[in-house]
Amino acid sequence: MNFSLYDFTPFNQWIDKFLHSHMSSFWAVAVEMTIIGLAILLFYALVGLFLVYAERKVCAFMQNRVGPNRVGPYGFFQTIADFIKLMLKELVHIKNADQLLFNLAPFIIIIASFMAIAAIPFAKGLHAIDFDIGILYVIAVSSLGVVGILLAGWSSNNKYSLIGAMRSGAQIVSYELSVGLSLVTIIILAGTMQFSQIVEGQANGWFIFKGHIPAFIAFVIFLISSTAETNRGPFDLAEAESELTAGFHTEYSGIKFAFFFLAEYMNMFIVASIAATVFLGGWMPFHMGGWAAFNHIMDFIPPFIWYIGKTFFVIWLMMWFKWTFPRLRIDQLLTLEWKYLLPINLVNILIMAFVVLMGWHF
Amino acid sequence: MNSFFKYFSEIFHGVKSLLTGMKVTGRYFFSPGEIVTQQYPENRKTLKMYDRFKGEVIMPHNERNEHRCTGCGICETSCPNGSIEILQAKIDMPDGKKKRIIDKHIYHLSMCTFCGLCIKSCPSDALAWGQEFEHAVFDRAKLTKILNKPGSSIIKDIVE
Amino acid sequence: MKEVINLPVKNIEEEEYHINMGPQHPSTHGVLRLVVSLQGEIVKSLKPHCGYIHRGIEKMCEKDTYPQIIHLTDRMDYLSAHINNHAVCLLVEKALEVEVPERVKYIRTIIDELNRIASHQLWWCSFGMDMGGLTCYFYGLRDREHILDIFEESFGSRLLHSYYTPGGLMMDIHPNFQKGVKDFIKYFRKKIKDYDDILTGNVIMQARTKGVGILSKEDAISYGVTGPSGRASGFACDVRKHDPYGVYDKVDFKEILGTEGDTFTRYMMRMHEMRESMKIIEQLIDNVPAGDYTAKMKAVLKLPAGEYYQRVEASRGELGVYVISDGNKTPYRMKFRSPNFSNLSALDHMSRGVKIADLVAIGGSLDYVIPDIDR
Ligand code: SF4
Ligand code: SF4
Repeated sequence: MNFSLYDFTPFNQWIDKFLHSHMSSFWAVAVEMTIIGLAILLFYALVGLFLVYAERKVCAFMQNRVGPNRVGPYGFFQTIADFIKLMLKELVHIKNADQLLFNLAPFIIIIASFMAIAAIPFAKGLHAIDFDIGILYVIAVSSLGVVGILLAGWSSNNKYSLIGAMRSGAQIVSYELSVGLSLVTIIILAGTMQFSQIVEGQANGWFIFKGHIPAFIAFVIFLISSTAETNRGPFDLAEAESELTAGFHTEYSGIKFAFFFLAEYMNMFIVASIAATVFLGGWMPFHMGGWAAFNHIMDFIPPFIWYIGKTFFVIWLMMWFKWTFPRLRIDQLLTLEWKYLLPINLVNILIMAFVVLMGWHF
Repeated sequence: MNSFFKYFSEIFHGVKSLLTGMKVTGRYFFSPGEIVTQQYPENRKTLKMYDRFKGEVIMPHNERNEHRCTGCGICETSCPNGSIEILQAKIDMPDGKKKRIIDKHIYHLSMCTFCGLCIKSCPSDALAWGQEFEHAVFDRAKLTKILNKPGSSIIKDIVE
Repeated sequence: MKEVINLPVKNIEEEEYHINMGPQHPSTHGVLRLVVSLQGEIVKSLKPHCGYIHRGIEKMCEKDTYPQIIHLTDRMDYLSAHINNHAVCLLVEKALEVEVPERVKYIRTIIDELNRIASHQLWWCSFGMDMGGLTCYFYGLRDREHILDIFEESFGSRLLHSYYTPGGLMMDIHPNFQKGVKDFIKYFRKKIKDYDDILTGNVIMQARTKGVGILSKEDAISYGVTGPSGRASGFACDVRKHDPYGVYDKVDFKEILGTEGDTFTRYMMRMHEMRESMKIIEQLIDNVPAGDYTAKMKAVLKLPAGEYYQRVEASRGELGVYVISDGNKTPYRMKFRSPNFSNLSALDHMSRGVKIADLVAIGGSLDYVIPDIDR
């Protein structure tokens, strides 16, 4: 076995061979699935906790504060302490709530974000499942989360929750369009929906550079609409704390609240990694045409680091939005989508198709 | 055509205003020198309150354990909240006369609103502001203080 | 033949429902309860319920002597504590016909304006937070800290000062006071640009506030909406201009009037007012005359029997103090006309037909302080 940070394929094949040589193929597949599941679960928890920490630090720096710094070095274990606290908290029983749906909602949300992770390529060969319709799958799965939000709002027997859930329903249904269409722009350029091929296609230049202005516009639209889709500020109408106290998760406490909380950050991570994969070259290193030495140094950085770096850059952008802008109103939110983003997006697709037809891209 | 133009100028101005806002937060993000948070329990050694800080009412005593309070009770009447109670005592003077002195100057910190009237109205300047501000205690009774220290006496030259 | 039963079919769209905003709600800035009738997201009507922190300040004043009353007025509108003190002091001085030294007038005017800036800074941060821009909150508080430090150095406390006494001041200003104020003005002139960049110019904020929550001039007058909120509707109600006290008649400042009367104008009024206040302070800070910090007052103040009224411009509007004295050292009856109470009464009128999000913004632009409403 030759393990390398640059290509995980031989490592995976070695595990596969090793398992198959020791047990029947049914059990081998079962064990493989368990390993992948556990790995993703671990990754999920780590990233979720880290993002909560990162968000608190980023917003603190933007607000001239120092942020958490008491638990562990630089407050690094603050979120773990918070998580333990949330796990130990009482689960408040809500009178007249629809118990089944009320308890189900957090799981739906968390499962939706969990499923989307599976299709994301972290590095060469580090990819749980490589659908040939990867993008479509991720869009479909990640929009399942809204069901959880609606259920949470509906079942809590609270008017604030209900208003929050209805807002979020309207919001996600409309912004889903923009997310899809901005990705379509890149699909036209890439000619495929498979994540691995999209990444391969960016070996000689990221799509955001290859596709000229249309790709850049698509990137901006994707950023805006995916921020809206993850219910983050300035589009956090579903949980607008100054209006609806906490929106759809007003009534949740303890670990169930933690699920909503974690899912918000995971959704952010997922859309950021889609943006990184589709627009910014995924795990492909940054190359400059003609600078051989520079390119060589860039190649030396492992792809996984590239992927994480790009994803966190996009996440940082989204945090920057959240901690700068005031919140929109529901009608303005819909105006922004239907009057601005959607028409621009459609025209953008046409332009992109034209660019690709004429072969004007790099 | 006009509305077409307006549509794009709206987008342009909107984006510009958003970027202006982002410039502010972005600038602060990259300038950690502007952080204003004070690290409270850590900076206790260097933390110095202003001289005039109203932490609590105290009665300064000199090194011979003497204070200036005559026990006249004016502070008690001028306090709007009844935070001060004066217990007086009578002592026999060498010349046979009885003299009123302070027995206990009781100060309820928990009821004080820091208006400063007692300090202002005291005719012999016996009271002052203390700069202590860490008043959190587990027992409310600890907030009732006796300002004249045990065994203390009045400075000789004070006359009413 | 079966009889057709006509069940009353309610049109779902017409059904209203109520939500209780408060007493614990992030946007009511305290323990105020608004019972809001909603149709979907649209506010149909609203009923404020106040009194959750009624402390009976007016009744308490009846047992307190005039110097003691000062510390109670701090606790009404705690964000303009000095200005509240000023009202009572002016009233007592007027009734006793005491002439306070020039120095006191200058210092009081400067401190009032500092207090106004501090109050508007806090309003700015909480307005930003109502709009969903949490970062505003910290910028506002960061700058307010400088004023509070000046206050703390001079008067020993940061929020409830009880610094004015009938006839003058508790003690003289700290020797560093003037330098501190000048440094602050320099600092804040720089930082107020951040306010404009991050909130005033922001397209989202403008879209959310322009043309929302309109209060016409007539309504402003009939509801008694004063202060920046009233001036946004074009109601010239600045007591500093029309019934000057302190040294307001000697300084040059503008009474800025709006025309629209919407949330954005109310917002702009306060932004302008911070700049005007800085202008006033700059004119006064170097010219504070030397002299006594208090007039000679009797030990026990007894107001001659009669009725007295004094008004000042607090940071949220016109604060009136009304006293009936029967010649004793305590007032027979004391009444405060608090600006927030009247401003709040217009909230229902302004917010009919707007969305919940706008209601929060309108409330933020009225800048109510609940302890002042309840007293
Ligand atoms: S502290 Fe002052 S006012 Fe109070 S009893 Fe003593 S001397 Fe009198
Ligand atoms: S500061 Fe005011 S409230 Fe406190 S003890 Fe003195 S007079 Fe009473």
